[in-house]
Amino acid sequence: MSMDIERRESPEDRRQPFSKVSKADYLQLYYYLFLTRTLEDRVTALYRQGRIVGGVYTSHGMEAISVGYAYALEAGDVIAPMHRDMGAFLIRGMKPKEILAQYLGKRTGPTKGKDANVHMGDLKRGIFAFVSHLADNLPLATGAALAFKIRGQSQVVVANTGDGGTSRGDFHEALNFAAVRKLPVVFFCCNNQYAYSTPLELQMGTPDVVDRAKAYGIPSEIIDGNDVAVVYVTAQRVIKHAREGHGPSFIECKTMRMHGHAEHDSAKYVPKELLEEWKRKDPILKVEHALKTMGYADESVLMEIQERVKKEIDTAVEFAEESPLPEGPETLEGVYAETLEEVHV
Amino acid sequence: MTTAISQEVTYLEAISQALDEEMSRDERVFLLGEDIGPYGGAFRVTEGFQKKFGDWRVLDTPLAESGFVGAAIGAAMMGMRPVVEMQFADFISCAFDQITEVAAKNHYRWGAAVPMVIRAPYGGGIHGGPFHSVCPEAWFFHTPGLKLVAPSTPYDAKGLLKAAIRDNNPVIYFEHKFLYRRAKEVLPEEDYIVPIGKADVKRTGRDISLITYGAMVPLALEAAEILEKEAIDLEVVDLRTLLPLDQEAILESVRKTSKVIVLHEATKTGGIGAEISALISEYCFDHLDGPILRIAAPDTPVPYSPPLEEFFLPKVDDVLRAARQLATY
Ligand SMILES: Cc1ncc(C[n+]2csc(CCOP(=O)(O)OP(=O)(O)O)c2C)c(N)n1
Repeated sequence: MSMDIERRESPEDRRQPFSKVSKADYLQLYYYLFLTRTLEDRVTALYRQGRIVGGVYTSHGMEAISVGYAYALEAGDVIAPMHRDMGAFLIRGMKPKEILAQYLGKRTGPTKGKDANVHMGDLKRGIFAFVSHLADNLPLATGAALAFKIRGQSQVVVANTGDGGTSRGDFHEALNFAAVRKLPVVFFCCNNQYAYSTPLELQMGTPDVVDRAKAYGIPSEIIDGNDVAVVYVTAQRVIKHAREGHGPSFIECKTMRMHGHAEHDSAKYVPKELLEEWKRKDPILKVEHALKTMGYADESVLMEIQERVKKEIDTAVEFAEESPLPEGPETLEGVYAETLEEVHV
Repeated sequence: MTTAISQEVTYLEAISQALDEEMSRDERVFLLGEDIGPYGGAFRVTEGFQKKFGDWRVLDTPLAESGFVGAAIGAAMMGMRPVVEMQFADFISCAFDQITEVAAKNHYRWGAAVPMVIRAPYGGGIHGGPFHSVCPEAWFFHTPGLKLVAPSTPYDAKGLLKAAIRDNNPVIYFEHKFLYRRAKEVLPEEDYIVPIGKADVKRTGRDISLITYGAMVPLALEAAEILEKEAIDLEVVDLRTLLPLDQEAILESVRKTSKVIVLHEATKTGGIGAEISALISEYCFDHLDGPILRIAAPDTPVPYSPPLEEFFLPKVDDVLRAARQLATY
């Protein structure tokens, strides 16, 4: 498997990403990374205590991708996320208390108990809910981008997928349609080297996922998915490209799934050395190092952010636990729409 | 009022008119599908539309049903009102996942409406063979969150399509290819809709309720003419909407006649007729004076060669036989 990021690394952004990110943005990125990690760690802990009824899929070790791309978006843009995009949910304005309520199946969650874990969305915040059937969200992303294009708006859509999801027909149909119609959509792929237990070389015959995008005539890049500055700066550039009417891009983020597929999975099939190698590339360690090197933050500033996040999550857990469960007959509500919800655009 | 002589409009023209009028009325309405632009669609329903409404409201898509149905869903969530054309209803299977998993569940899951119409040219009688003749409505009938309509006349075709476009839910609009150029009638000048969820009694009768839809409606009416001479008075209930089913209309007719035939072109096992039979026996058992009879195609793919397709499709004779059998009770 090719993990040689340098080989096809594209432009100048890669060399000095730090210098393109302001101190304020850098600290904000750190806050969101830490918030994402802390929230998901808490969800995992609740799962182990048996307090979460369904499955738990985390973005542990891959948080830089969803944080990086979502931070580059503007109000009015739309995301079509995958199942390891917690950072994007948070940046688009989903509150930890809503997310925890969702995990606990509470009425106060964004789906009022109708759907599980990361299957949450809100049009007002520009979030399409994740659909389990992998890659199904990619055609939806092209449709939202098409709506923007038809209406002459400058909004952009970002869709994300795992490496496994790129084997589905919907991935290919979406990329092809986006390319043909030059739609304002950016496709991200978290290549975390496994789809459940299936390694990349049993997923595709090409060394890199970008090879698939190239087949559709979509400009593509491979980047270090564990460096939030790289992801953010790249996202900014390709989102601008899309916003200015130049069509879609495809960004493959090399990363590693550090937990099991879901929390029930011990992931014994992943070589230990691989995990150890990637542990050293942890996105949070990376930012902390960068912040200190740049002189943007010392240990006490970081501690302050960490304390703030922990308090935020404590309050959110409390809210979720105290929230009411839905009543059985609420099952029957909402199968059909009565009125069309006003969209934020 | 104009004094122009009112012209008969075909079922196909009625569909075109509905699309044209809705696109003129509401700029959120746009069309996407294969070969619908300059070519005007495989059946020429959208002939001239791209010239009139522009390239971005009449979009030719790549040959990828799942992809463009998914795109329609995404656009619908952003406040557009896409109308998707399946070139043939048979190819809807390629988009099954987007329809049943995404469109149908979206509002239930997280409250985001999907105001989308999928036009599905369906049905046999045109020698289309196994891949251009299917009646796929039962595949979707089992999917809460979808609406399914299947008009039998130009009037209903126009009114139901307008209603479907204005509806806030995903609607599959089954337009029968056999009726395209055969069904004709004069349509009202003014704007009208046919409400989704309402059946229509196409012929009132005392003796037997024949419950049907689509291209089986004219066949049922033909049978009713013949049976009238035998003093068997058939009531023909045209469902028009398959989901949500107009249960009240079905039960009301059965309570009156006490005898029922359910007729559809789709294959028999697990068809919509099975659900209708179950409904009647569940809620109207005491009113029944005979067995609920089903007439449907046999459980095979739709064959190509004329004698085979002729054998496959329900016929007037099947209705006559069933009605005569029921008359003996
Ligand atoms: C169409 C489909 N098939 C199977 C699954 C079950 N499933 C859930 S996640 C997953 C692996 C996904 O791999 P990938 O896309 O690489 O994302 P990752 O989980 O590695 O981040 C599988 C097989 C699914 N959700 N959808």
